[in-house]
Amino acid sequence: MNRIDEAFARCASEKRAAFVAFIMAGDPDLTTTLVLIEALLEGGADVIELGVPFSDPIADGPVNQRSAVRALTSGTRLAGVLDLVARARRRWQVPIVLFSYFNPILAQGVGEFAARAAASGVDGVLCLDLPPEEAVPEFVDALAAEQLAPIFLLAPTSTKSRIRRVDELAQGFVYYVSRTGVTGDRAELAPELIRETKALRRRLHHPLAVGFGISTPDQVAAVGAVADGVVVGSALVRLIEEHGGAAAGPLATAVRELSEPLRQKKKGWFRR
Amino acid sequence: MADKAGPDKDGYFGEYGGQYVPETLMAPLAELTRAYDKARKRRAFQRELQTLLADYAGRPTPLYHAKRLSAELGGAQIYLKREDLLHTGAHKLNNALGQALLARGMGKARVIAETGAGQHGVATATAAALLGLECTVYMGEEDMRRQRPNVHRMRLLGAEVAAVDSGSRTLKDAINEALRDWVTHVRHTHYILGSVLGPEPYPRMVRDFHLVIGQEATRQLKRLTGRRWPDLAIACVGGGSNALGLFSAFSARPEVRLIGVEAGGTGTGLGQHAARFQGGRLGVLHGTRTYVLQDDEGQIATTHSVSAGLDYPAIGPELALLHDLGRVEYTTASDAEAVAAFHTLARGEGILPALESAHALAEAFRRAPNLAPDRLILVNLSGRGDKDLESVREYDLATATAAEAEEE
Repeated sequence: MNRIDEAFARCASEKRAAFVAFIMAGDPDLTTTLVLIEALLEGGADVIELGVPFSDPIADGPVNQRSAVRALTSGTRLAGVLDLVARARRRWQVPIVLFSYFNPILAQGVGEFAARAAASGVDGVLCLDLPPEEAVPEFVDALAAEQLAPIFLLAPTSTKSRIRRVDELAQGFVYYVSRTGVTGDRAELAPELIRETKALRRRLHHPLAVGFGISTPDQVAAVGAVADGVVVGSALVRLIEEHGGAAAGPLATAVRELSEPLRQKKKGWFRR
Repeated sequence: MADKAGPDKDGYFGEYGGQYVPETLMAPLAELTRAYDKARKRRAFQRELQTLLADYAGRPTPLYHAKRLSAELGGAQIYLKREDLLHTGAHKLNNALGQALLARGMGKARVIAETGAGQHGVATATAAALLGLECTVYMGEEDMRRQRPNVHRMRLLGAEVAAVDSGSRTLKDAINEALRDWVTHVRHTHYILGSVLGPEPYPRMVRDFHLVIGQEATRQLKRLTGRRWPDLAIACVGGGSNALGLFSAFSARPEVRLIGVEAGGTGTGLGQHAARFQGGRLGVLHGTRTYVLQDDEGQIATTHSVSAGLDYPAIGPELALLHDLGRVEYTTASDAEAVAAFHTLARGEGILPALESAHALAEAFRRAPNLAPDRLILVNLSGRGDKDLESVREYDLATATAAEAEEE
C-alpha cells in the first residue's frame, strides 16, 4: 500500500474525507515552499498537491496563473521541484502528488522523469493536459515501472465510458473537477455538484477527491460529506500571493479552519 | 495530405497531433468530431458552404500573374493566389464560415476565437454576424496595439474583443485564454480555432476548409498557362492554415517543390524569431504534439516576428510530419526581408500584402532570379496589408533612425 492509499484509508477509518492542499512549488521560492508544506501539515492537510509551474497553464484561472509566473520568475523548474520533494520526504511521510502540465515532463523524458520523481519520494502524478487517450501507454507504463500513481481527472462532461476508463487506469484516487471551467475560487458551488459527486462515487472503485473552486469551510463541509477527499488550491495560493515569504502562519490557520468541518462531520459521512 | 495521408483515427500525423487537453474538453471534442464528420459528407452542408463562399465571400479568388515583377527579377514567372481579395481580406474566412455553419448545426449559440494578426478574428466576427451567433475574440494586448484597425473592425461587426494581458500578450496567450473560455462555457460555445493547430479534429478540419485554395489555383494555372502544376509552391507558415490549403493540392505531385516560410524575426537566438524548425523540438502545446520553441526544461519560449500572424511557438502537426518526410522544405524570412518584400510588391504590382504573406513573397523574390523564365512559382498571397500600414511605418521609421545614428 502506498502513501496515498494509506492516507485515504486512514481518513476513511476516521469516517471523514481527506483534506488535499494544493500550492505551487517555487511560489515565492523553493526554500519558502518547504516552510509552507510544513504549515499545510500543521493545519491538518492529509495529502499535498504540488504544482509544477508552466508558462502556459490552460486549465488554470488567474490566481494559479500568477502563482506560476512568480514561481518561474524565482527560477523554479521541474528539476528543482523534485529536489524540493526529496527534502520534504526526508522529514515527512505525507503523500505528495505532482500537479503538472505535460510539456515539462516530456522535455525531461517520461521515463527519466518517473525515475527521478520516484527517487525523490513523489507518490502520484496528475498531468492536466494528458487524458487517458494520450497517457496510455507511455506515461502510464513509465509511472507503473516506478510504482507512481497516475491520477486522472473526471469532469461534469465525462461520459460513462470515460468514467470507466479512468477508474481502470487510475491509482491512488480520482480527481473530479467540480464544474466545467478553470481552477479558481468561486462564490458558489455548482448546484448539481453534490448529486453528481454522489452518483460518480458509486461508480468508482477508487477514492474520489473533488476540487476546482472550493474555498470556504462551508463548501468543504458540503463536498466533504459526499466525497473521499476535498481539494483546496486557489484559496491557499491567494494567501501566498498576499503574504509571500510570511505566508506560513496564515496558511496553517486557513488549512485548520478549512479542514475543521471534515473532522466534525463524522456522523453524516456518506458511505459508499 | 487530404483524406488519405491522415490523420489516423487518434488524430496523429505520424508522431504529431493527438488530443492533449484537460478532461473537460474530451467529450466536447468527440462531439465536434462526430458533427464535423457527419457534416462534411452531407450534401446540404457542403452546398450551403459553397454558396456562401461564392456569393458572400467572393470565391474563386483570382490567380494573378505578376508579370512586371517577374520580368524585373529576370527569372521564373510568379503567380499570386489572391486570397487577399477574399471578403475580410485573408484566407481565414474559408475556415470561419465552415466552422460557424458547423456551430449553428450543433446548436451552439456562441462562438469564440483567438486571433494574432486579427484576420481570423475578423473572419470569425464576420461569420458570427452573418449567422446570428454571439462572438468573443481573444487577442493579445501587444497584437491589439499593432493591429488596431482589425480590433475596430471586429467591434463594428458586433464581436466582443477581449484583451489578453498574460505572457507575451500575443497569439499564444490568446489561445490560452480562448481555451480557458471554452472549458468554462463548453456546453453552449463552439471554439473556432483559426489554424491547423490544436487537438484533433481541428488540424484536419481547418485544413479541409482551406483545400479550396489549392484546388482553385491548379485549375486557374491550367487556364492561364496550360500547365496544371507549378515548379514551386510557396506559403508563409505560422500555424500553417494557408500553407496546407495550398500545398495539399500537390500531395500526389512530388515534382512540385513545396516551400514553407517561417518568421526569421530579428535573429537566430531563442525569443528572436518564430522558426520552429530552427531550434524547436518535440513538445506539446495547445492540445497537440509537434515542434515547439521551448527552453531545455520544457517552458514555452517567447517568439518574435514583425507579423503578428506568424508570431507563434508551435506549428501544425501535419506540417511537422511533412517536414520530417522532407516533402515540405522550410526556410525563413527575417523582419527586414518581409518588410522589403512588402514594399517591392506594393511598388512593383500595386498590391499591399499582409506582412505574413510578405514572408512568402520574400522567398519567391529570392528564388525567382535563379530560375529559367519558363518556370512557375505559385505564391499564396494569403492576406492583404491594410492592417499593417502602421507596423510598416513604425518599422521603416525605426530602421531609418538607426541608419542615421550609424552615420553620425
